[in-house]
Amino acid sequence: MAAMVASVAAASGSEVSVFFSMNALQFLVKENSTLVPPKEGAFGDLIGVEGVPEFRVLFEQAAELGDAKLLACSMALDLLKVSPDDLMLEFGPATGLTRFLSDAEDGKIVSF
Amino acid sequence: MSEEKIVDARNTFCPGPLMELISFMKRAGVGDQLELLSTDAGSANDVPEWISKVGHELVSNEKIDDVWHIKVRKIK
Repeated sequence: MAAMVASVAAASGSEVSVFFSMNALQFLVKENSTLVPPKEGAFGDLIGVEGVPEFRVLFEQAAELGDAKLLACSMALDLLKVSPDDLMLEFGPATGLTRFLSDAEDGKIVSF
Repeated sequence: MSEEKIVDARNTFCPGPLMELISFMKRAGVGDQLELLSTDAGSANDVPEWISKVGHELVSNEKIDDVWHIKVRKIK
């Protein structure tokens, strides 16, 4: 859902920054490129069907088509022992929550 | 000379058809017309919404045999 909102909003001209933290970040680490996130509830089974764009593709499109900024939480990077260069998409600098919230202060924050 | 292109996004679900169209729109020239083919009912409403928000021209939106044909002209 986060990937859908990010890609559609960014491609529609909204300025979008995505902050990846906690359990989300591991799925974007290069060596985890085939790691599949656990399905969430009954809808998780449905959304795995062919034809629904994969979340990694959507985040890539958000960045490429809509100039979305992809930011990784510095705490999550530390705990995973990786840097933004180890992530599969084009990420901005490691970002702390305080910095992200202050940059996003005047925008809408959608949390997943 | 403006071009006409078909973007075949049949059998993909939201936001597949929209993202497909957007990536073609990026590469199209001003004045070009794209025809999006989609089998996703939600996208038949959503795609025209995006077209109007971003400021392109919706030429037509027809459903023919369970496939929506959404024609759009790139304005800017």
